[in-house]
Formats: sequence, C-alpha cells, structure tokens
Amino acid sequence: MKTEDNLILKVEDIHKSYGNTEVLKGVSFEVKKGETKVFIGPSGTGKSTLLRCINQLTLPDSGRVWLHGEEVTHSGKNINIYRQKMGMVFQNFNLFDHLTALKNVEISLIKVRGMKKKEATEKALEELKQVGMEAQAGLYPAELSGGQAQRVSIARALAMDPDVMLFDEPTSALDPELTGEVLEVMKKLALGGMTMLVVTHEIGFAYSVANEIIFMEKGRILESGPPQKLVNNPRFERTKQFLSRLSELYKLGDEK
Amino acid sequence: MSENITVVVKALPFILQGLAVTMSMVLEALFLGLVIGLSLAVGQIYGNKWISGSISLYVWFFRGLPNLVLLFLFYFGLFPLLGLDVSAFVIAVIALGLRSSAYQSQVFRGAIQSLGEGQMLAARSLGMSKCKAILNIVLPQALRIALPGWSNEYPILLTDSAVTYAIGVMEILTRGNLVVSRTYKPMPLYLTCAVIFILLNYGGMKIIHLLERKVRIPGFGNGER
Ligand SMILES: Nc1ncnc2c1ncn2[C@@H]1O[C@H](COP(=O)(O)OP(=O)(O)OP(=O)(O)O)[C@@H](O)[C@H]1O
Ligand SMILES: [Mg+2]
Repeated sequence: MKTEDNLILKVEDIHKSYGNTEVLKGVSFEVKKGETKVFIGPSGTGKSTLLRCINQLTLPDSGRVWLHGEEVTHSGKNINIYRQKMGMVFQNFNLFDHLTALKNVEISLIKVRGMKKKEATEKALEELKQVGMEAQAGLYPAELSGGQAQRVSIARALAMDPDVMLFDEPTSALDPELTGEVLEVMKKLALGGMTMLVVTHEIGFAYSVANEIIFMEKGRILESGPPQKLVNNPRFERTKQFLSRLSELYKLGDEK
Repeated sequence: MSENITVVVKALPFILQGLAVTMSMVLEALFLGLVIGLSLAVGQIYGNKWISGSISLYVWFFRGLPNLVLLFLFYFGLFPLLGLDVSAFVIAVIALGLRSSAYQSQVFRGAIQSLGEGQMLAARSLGMSKCKAILNIVLPQALRIALPGWSNEYPILLTDSAVTYAIGVMEILTRGNLVVSRTYKPMPLYLTCAVIFILLNYGGMKIIHLLERKVRIPGFGNGER
C-alpha cells in the first residue's frame, strides 16, 4: 500500500452500526501531508464516530484505515503506536483532572515514550509555549478557563509529535468569547504544515484554513470540495441550506 | 467509687497491651481490604463477564455474612480442614480483611465509574495501553474521590475487631473480659474498654482527615478551587 509519498492517511469504506442503526454507511477519503479537512454536517450524522474509527477508539465493523501506508485497522497491540501518531482533541478537553497543565502534557512522554523526566518536562514546556500556556503550566484543569484547557489538550496531543491531528468540535463546549484563542492556535498549526481533520461548525475557520470541506449527512459523505466552491456553488440543495444556516449563525456570533 | 478506680488502674496496663493487637489487626485488615478491594473494583469494571461475574459473587458472599459467622467458619472450619496451623490473630486479619475488601471494592468501583469515559478515551488516544491508563490516570483520580467514603472503613473495622474476642484474639475487649471474670467489676472495666475504642476511633479519623487534606487537588470533591 506504499503509494504517493505525501499521502498520510487513507480511509476506506468505513461502516459502523450501533444496534440496528447504521451510523457510518461506507466513508472513504484520503488526506495528503499538510492538508486540513473540515467535516461539517447535521447532528447525529456520524462525524465523531468517524474520527474515533480512524484512531480505533471505536472499532469499525468493516473498512480499513492506513497511516503512511501501514494498516491501522486490525493492528493489534501496535494500535498504541499508531494512536501516538494521530493526536486527538475532544470537545470536552478531557484533560487529566489530577494533573497540572504541565504534567498533562508530560505524562504520555514519560509513560508512553519512556522519556526521562527532565527531558519530558522540557518538551512539555515547549509544547505549552506553542499554545501560549507556559505561564499556566502549574495550574490544575479546574483552575483553567475552557479556552485555556483546550489549548493544553492540544499541546498534550502535539507532544507525541503526531503526523495528523483529529479535532472533534474543539470549540463547541466553549463560551463564544473563548473560541477565538483556540481557533487561533489551530490556524497557526495548519499554517505550520500540520495535517488536520477537524469536525467543526466554525465556518469562518473552515473558509480561511481548510483545503477541503466535507459535508456529511446520514452516515455518508454527501459532497466535498474546496471551501469557495462548496460555499458558493454546492451541488446539492441540502448542502446549500446547511451552509447558509451555518453562515448566518457565524455572522450572528460575529456581531456580538 | 475509689474501689472502681483502683480496679481500673490495676487492670489498665494489662488491657492496654491489647492496644497494639487491636491496632495491628485493624490496620492489617484495612490494608488487605484495600489491596484486594482495589483489584476487585478494577476487575469488576474492566474485566470480561466471567471475571466481573465472579467478583460480584465474591462481593455478595462476603457482604452477606455476619462477621462472627465468618470468623467461626475460618477458625473452626476452613483452616483446621486445610490443616493450617495459623494463629487466631492471623485468621482474624484474613476474615476481617476479606469482608472489608468486599465493601471497599464497591467504594472504589463507584469512584472509578464516577470518572466518566473521557479520561480513559484521552489516555488511550495518546497511545497508553489500557493497563497504563488505569494505573496512571484512572486510579490516582479514583482513589482521591474514594477517600471520604473509604475512610468509613476504619471505624467499621475498629468496632468489628472486638468481635474477635470470640476466637480468643488478645485484643482490648478480650483482655477486659479476662479482668472482669476475675474482679466481677464489669461496669468500670467495660467503660475503660469503651473509652479506649472511642479514643482510637477519634485519633484514626484525625489522621485520615490530615491525609485527605494532603492529597487534595483543585477540582476534586471537597478541594477548594
Ligand atoms: N456508543 C454509542 N452507542 C450507541 N449509539 C451511539 C454511540 N455513539 C454514537 N451513537 C449514535 O450514533 C449516531 C452518530 O453519532 P455521532 O456522535 O458520531 O454524530 P455526530 O455527527 O458527531 O453528531 P454531533 O454533531 O451531535 O456531535 C448518533 O445517532 C448517536 O446517537
Ligand atoms: Mg460529534
């Protein structure tokens, strides 16, 4: 499966059912190095499930995922190696509540990568600096604002030097005035060449950062394309309606 | 009255020798219950259905038996049957510890379940194995959450420990009993035992509260922000 060198992630025909409801009905796409793809779509469409099927936090019923041409699906214990290379950022941050910001970033360096404490601390501080959180390194998650917590969780994922970052609605649990600082960090990452898959309804971010917007509906990719094309010239009426609703919300949010 | 006082004063050194017995019995049973209880909780939550099923059965068994029945069962039944020549003290520690482990496991189980799956998901997403995630992420948090509920096990074990007089462990009550049978002064002597238990209870809880304060972290239970 060694194809083009710049192909980082390949997702092929992912199916997933919960009970009798098929949540993913065959999703396929490819991601090249440095690309940012934004997933949008109605609630319950399977966007979160799709991201989790990629790093196998949820096991797909069928379909395959490759990272750098190596199969991630059915990889047994090796999954713990692949997961390090696919950083994940959750809607609710999921910071480790008993650890300071610094230790949140440090712990996987020490326990998973086997780094020495001193080396890990240095790297963790470096990552916190990247997201503008080095001054709060000693604070516990409960002492951070939502925006700060989410930036720490991004640093935590980045510390493993991932090849691709998966973001599942990273700003939707935040107060509107806090989304900016997180989107800023993500934008910087994308511009710095990170490969990213982002589930978000921040259409402004998608418009300015994404190489491609993927519109999902009812467990399938309905259509996809560069932001300008999808926003100005969508193939399906449903895409158009959804996007125009998002843009309205976005403008409303902007006026505040 | 002064007669009562002299009885107590004369008996006190003898009774107080039981202090070390009672305390080591309680602490050893507490520790045994902690180690087994924690393993049971982890097994019950993360194990397959056979493991968690057997653990439920274990918990149901030990929680359903009166202490005294368990003690007699071990002291007169199980241990002689197995041909094990073990002191009453050791049997008491094992019986109290196993029973306590059943109760402790449920305190820990509740604490682990209160964490929410996000912590585990985040740990796994960073490449931690399930085992590493449990050790480094789940248990440190669960133990802190469990501490207030867990600390109830100390007074329970302390009061339960007096039951072991029935198999002749030389703890506080057994010693009090012996003096009573010689002096026929039950009231002052049992009162003395009562005071000793109350003081042990008070002192132990003080230490546990100190510990609670020491491991307190912002955002956890009673930790101030
Ligand atoms: N663990 C689960 N067990 C059962 N059903 C589930 C589970 N996880 C998700 N689902 C269902 O699968 C469907 C897709 O969920 P998913 O969270 O992937 O959607 P989504 O596109 O991320 O939606 P949202 O925009 O609301 O986050 C939903 O109907 C949801 O109820
Ligand atoms: Mg979702």
